[in-house]
Amino acid sequence: MPVKYVESHIWDKYLRTDRLPHIWCPGCGIGSVLSAFLQAVEKANIDPKKLVVVSGIGCTGRVAGYIKVDSFHTTHGRPIPFAMGLKLARPDLHVVVFSGDGDLVTIGGNHLIHAARRNVDILVICVNNFNYGMTGGQVGATTPEGAYTTTTPYGNPERPFNLPYLLAAAGAVYVARWTSLHVRRLAWSITEAFQKKGFRFIEVLSPCPTAYGRRNRMPDALEMLKFFRDNCEIRDFADPKEVDIVPGKKIILGKFVDIAEEKKTFEEKIYELINKYRKV
Amino acid sequence: MSLPAGIYFMSGNDAVAEGAIIAGCRFFAGYPITPSSEIAERLSRRLPEVGGIFIQGEDEIASIMAIIGASWGGLKAMTATSGPGFSLMQESIGFAAMTETPVVIVNVQRAGPSTGMPTYVGQGDVMQAKWGSHGPYEIIAISPSSVQECFDFTIRAFNLAEKYRVPVIVLMDERLSHLYEKVRVPPQDEIIIINRKKPKSKEEFLPFMPDDDLIPPMPPVGEGYFFHVTGLTHDEKGYPKMDPNVQEKLIRRLCDKIRKHADEIIDIEMHMMDDAKIAIVAFGSVVRSAMRTIKIARKNGAKVGLINLKTIWPFPEKQIYELASNGVEHFVVAEVNYGQVFLEVQRAVRGEAEVHGVFKMGGALPSPLEIWSTINKVM
Repeated sequence: MPVKYVESHIWDKYLRTDRLPHIWCPGCGIGSVLSAFLQAVEKANIDPKKLVVVSGIGCTGRVAGYIKVDSFHTTHGRPIPFAMGLKLARPDLHVVVFSGDGDLVTIGGNHLIHAARRNVDILVICVNNFNYGMTGGQVGATTPEGAYTTTTPYGNPERPFNLPYLLAAAGAVYVARWTSLHVRRLAWSITEAFQKKGFRFIEVLSPCPTAYGRRNRMPDALEMLKFFRDNCEIRDFADPKEVDIVPGKKIILGKFVDIAEEKKTFEEKIYELINKYRKV
Repeated sequence: MSLPAGIYFMSGNDAVAEGAIIAGCRFFAGYPITPSSEIAERLSRRLPEVGGIFIQGEDEIASIMAIIGASWGGLKAMTATSGPGFSLMQESIGFAAMTETPVVIVNVQRAGPSTGMPTYVGQGDVMQAKWGSHGPYEIIAISPSSVQECFDFTIRAFNLAEKYRVPVIVLMDERLSHLYEKVRVPPQDEIIIINRKKPKSKEEFLPFMPDDDLIPPMPPVGEGYFFHVTGLTHDEKGYPKMDPNVQEKLIRRLCDKIRKHADEIIDIEMHMMDDAKIAIVAFGSVVRSAMRTIKIARKNGAKVGLINLKTIWPFPEKQIYELASNGVEHFVVAEVNYGQVFLEVQRAVRGEAEVHGVFKMGGALPSPLEIWSTINKVM
């Protein structure tokens, strides 16, 4: 197929166009998620000056570098504590952590649950492609049981995390799961999450044909999107306990948690305390 | 408010906390660890009083990443820890060095390796402070030897971090952290405070383009600079570049911005060195033993002096070499490890003098008499 370059894109204004083309493989879902995110930035009327995007390491970790805002590409697993420090220093900014499952959940899992527990006012977008794509497709804490990866050649013997359930239990005020196929619902969900305060978590399932799909009978990106189409069921406010991703069972999508009452954020509590005890 | 000018009686850990507040530290994140915990405890009470933020991280990695984030958020930020926590922070220290983030890390050294002796003195993290993260980079490490210096050096650590945009490590030790002494807090106008330089304009601003001093101005977040910061090798724009030439240029500059300012950064104190043939080299708590040793030596008519390494990194190799080539015949390095500063002194004298070690593995300082007995063998 001849390579065709697009002259311009509707979201160019939010992108560092001088960094394109991006590094993502053909068929990768991260671009769709990024596009949905930028759509949400527009819809939620977020001033790019007041938006900070923080990523960790990995394929999704490269997102920060493509968005034209103040952006930080940090260390593996640690974008959340970095974002927490920055948000505490500058509570007036919108701070988004945009990273992958291996980064946020596997190596960085401890920070993830603690940030949710504290109700740090950040929006976390976790692109879950079920494996470590950038390093060649190894197993992670989100790889489905039985799946083949470069380090589970006989099938994954481990049970993966049920992320919505984990985050709901840890105290996130907003928890949703979509796929890179459900771009409209995803964009709407991110828009909605932008308008909320507190720790918000959106998991986005995404194809990784290069590293994951081809070892699991979905070597073509379209096949995984078809898989998403045929095997996902949208059930808003499903019990997060019931949304495990198990081979052979429907994948449940939707918004699972959206706490209506205003829960004080970590920053609000810290600044209240400062205002109370401040002597200068 | 920060401590008013006056004379106080406090511990080394308390002096660090109060020095930090006077230096302008308004963000602290740390994880409890003996023997540094009192720094966090004091700051948890004191920082809100001055409008600052204190948080306790879920671990040391979260703590150091939070201070790096807060520093980019515009606040002067610090963490305090000890050996095991310092080990956990190493990757992030490399990230701070690569991204030129001003942060202060207080490492109250205890006896190691591993859990070692948490409540006893150690000085085994000298090499780790410099080489702990992967890859070539430079940091600054300073080492107080009295409670007064814990206060003064913490202020200096912030000034150095802000000036050079580099992680600065205050290499303390357990003995000092729990020692109570008199501290003089000078009036505000006697205290030098340095703040990071900011870009003059947004026009054609490149976030990692250095000035002549090799240090780039640091852009504030949230003001439309739209800058990118990455731990990947990056060009002046801050964009990742997988190119050996870009790596060459960047890493040389990151190292040279410290190396070329070594004379400004290095601070060593000499005692009775004018006629000395034998020099004790010490830092931290061991300086206190060594001060006694030179008195014993002088009473016995031995021409012994003392070099107190207040700055350990960059290492004062030029100063040591000058002494070696100008009459000092023996250097006796006393430290609470199996020879770390010893190796540096050996390197610095370039064969012009003999170098001997008085090593304690941890838990106790070399006593004045132990150092004296080594000197006796040398003479």
